[in-house]
Amino acid sequence: MVSDSLGATEQLKVEGVTLSFGGVKALRDVSFSVKSGSISALIGPNGAGKTSMFNCISGFYQPSAGKILLDGQDISRMRPPGRAKLGMARSFQNIALFRGMTVLDNIKLGRHAHMRTNLLQAFIYAGAAAREENALRAEIEERIIDFLEIDHIRNKPVSVLPYGLQKRVELARALAMQPRILLLDEPVAGMNREETEDMARFILDVKEEWGVTILMVEHDMGLVMDISDHVTVLNFGEVIASGLPAEVQADPLVAEAYLGSGDPAALMRKLADEAAGETAA
Amino acid sequence: MNELMFFIEVSLAGLGSGALLALTALAFVLIYKATRVINLAVGEIMMLGAYLFMAFTAGMGLSAWIALPLAIAGGALTGAIVERGIIRPMLGESAISTFMVTVGLGSVIVGLVELIWGTEPRSLPAFISSAPVFLGDAYVSRKIVVSFVVASVVIATFLILFRFWRGGVALRATATDQAAAYSCGINVPRVFSIAWTISCGTAAGAGVLLGAIGGLSSAMGAFGLSALVVVIVGGLDSVLGALIAGLCLGLIQSWAGTYLGGEYQSVVTFGLLIIALMIRPYGLFGTHEIERL
Repeated sequence: MVSDSLGATEQLKVEGVTLSFGGVKALRDVSFSVKSGSISALIGPNGAGKTSMFNCISGFYQPSAGKILLDGQDISRMRPPGRAKLGMARSFQNIALFRGMTVLDNIKLGRHAHMRTNLLQAFIYAGAAAREENALRAEIEERIIDFLEIDHIRNKPVSVLPYGLQKRVELARALAMQPRILLLDEPVAGMNREETEDMARFILDVKEEWGVTILMVEHDMGLVMDISDHVTVLNFGEVIASGLPAEVQADPLVAEAYLGSGDPAALMRKLADEAAGETAA
Repeated sequence: MNELMFFIEVSLAGLGSGALLALTALAFVLIYKATRVINLAVGEIMMLGAYLFMAFTAGMGLSAWIALPLAIAGGALTGAIVERGIIRPMLGESAISTFMVTVGLGSVIVGLVELIWGTEPRSLPAFISSAPVFLGDAYVSRKIVVSFVVASVVIATFLILFRFWRGGVALRATATDQAAAYSCGINVPRVFSIAWTISCGTAAGAGVLLGAIGGLSSAMGAFGLSALVVVIVGGLDSVLGALIAGLCLGLIQSWAGTYLGGEYQSVVTFGLLIIALMIRPYGLFGTHEIERL
C-alpha cells in the first residue's frame, strides 16, 4: 500500500481504466485514487462517465483496459458479490430497494454477504443459525437504525416511504454490509434542502464515527464542496481535474466543462446563485 | 349413503391429482420467483423424468429406489444445463423472448424422447403396489395416496424453506431487484442456476409419479398446461397459492370429469382460468406488481 505524506493509505485505486461499448469509449484511461477515511467526490457534466466509472468499481461492468485495486488487491475481474465480501457497498442513483419487503428485511439483506450458515447448516444447527440471526438483528437495531434515525419505520414496507427516507434506508442497507468503502451514486438527488442537509450530516458521520471511506457521485455542488476532502472531475470519459474542492472549483478546465467558458469566476457565481435559489425555495 | 361415499371417493382422487398439480406448479413458481421467467417446458421435463425412470428400471434393471433419485438428478442436470446454456445468455432480453425459448425447448425434449424411446405409449413397471387403500370405507388408489403424500411433503418443505431460510429471502430479493441483490453480495447467477436445477428436479420427480398413475407417452407434457392454470390462478410467485389452487383444481376436475363427463374437464379448467384472471389478474395469492402475461 502506498502512503502519502499524511500517512493515509490509498484504499481504492483506479489505474488507467478504459471502458468501451462497441466503438464508443465511455471511459478513457481514467486514473484516480481514494484515500482511506476520506470523502471523495466524482463529478462532471451529464454523460461524463461517472456512473459508468461507478459500475466498473462495483463490478457491474468489466473495464476493457486498466485495473481497479482495493487495499492493494486487484479486483478488476471480481464480480459484485466478491467485492461485497471484501467490504465494498454501494447505493444506486435510482433507489434500488427490495420493494414489498420491510425496512428491516432490506437492512438484513445487507448482511447477506457476511452470513456464514448455509442451507445444510441451517437445517442441522438450527440453534446456531438462530443465534447468529439474533445477534445480527440486535447489532443492526442498535447501531444502524438508531444512527440513521429510522426506528419509527423499521417494520414498514419500503414502498410506502417518502423518497428521502427510502434513500436513507438504502444507506442503512449499505452500512449493514459493514463496508470499508461506500460508493454513493447521487445520494441527495431529488432531495429538498432539509433532506439534503440530513444526508450530508449522515455521510459525514459515516466517515467520522464508522471510519468508512466514501466515494460519491453527486451533482449538488454545494454538498460536494462542503463535505468532500478530494474531488475528481470527469468530462467525456476523461479526468480533467483532480484535487481539493477549492482547487477544482478554480480550475478553468472545469468551468469550461460545466459552462462552456473557461472562467472560474462565472462558475463560482453560478454555484452561488444555485445556493441562493435553493435557500429561497 | 352410497352416493355420499362415491362423492368422497371422487373427491379423494381429486385431492390426489390436485397434489400432483400443485407439485408441478411448484416447478413453475420456483423459476418464476427467482428469474421472472415462465418455463413452459415444465411438462416436458416431467415427461423426461418419467422416461428416464423407465430407462433406469425397465431398461437397466435398477430398483425403483435407485432409479427415482437418478431420474430426479437427470431432470435437475437438464435444468442446470438449460439455464447455463440457453437461459443465461438471454438475460436482459424481453420476458416474451425467453418464454418463447422455453416453448422451443419443450418441443426439442419431445423430439429427443421420441427419437430415443419411440412414440408408442408405455407404462412404468409397477413400483407402487396396486393394492387399494381404504380411508374409513372410502376406496382410494394407492398410487394416488403416495402421490398425495409425496407432493405434500415436498411442498411443505419448500414453504418452510422460503419462510425460514435466508436463501429464500435472497431469492425474493433477486426477483425484486437483481442489481441491488448483486451488490448486496447475493450471487445472482447462482440463484438462477439453483432455481432452475431444483425446479427441473422437482418436475422430473413429479413426472415419475404422473407416469406411474397415467402411463407414459410423448404427449404427457400437456399436464404442464393444467399446472400452468394452477400457477396463474394461485399467483405466479406464491408457493402457498400453488398448493391451494392445485388442490382446488384437482377437486374441480375430478368432480367435473365424474358428474359432467370427461369432455367437460378442459372446459371447466380453462373457464376457471378466464374467470380467475378477470377477477384477480395477479393470482389469488400473488404479488400485485406482477405483470399480466
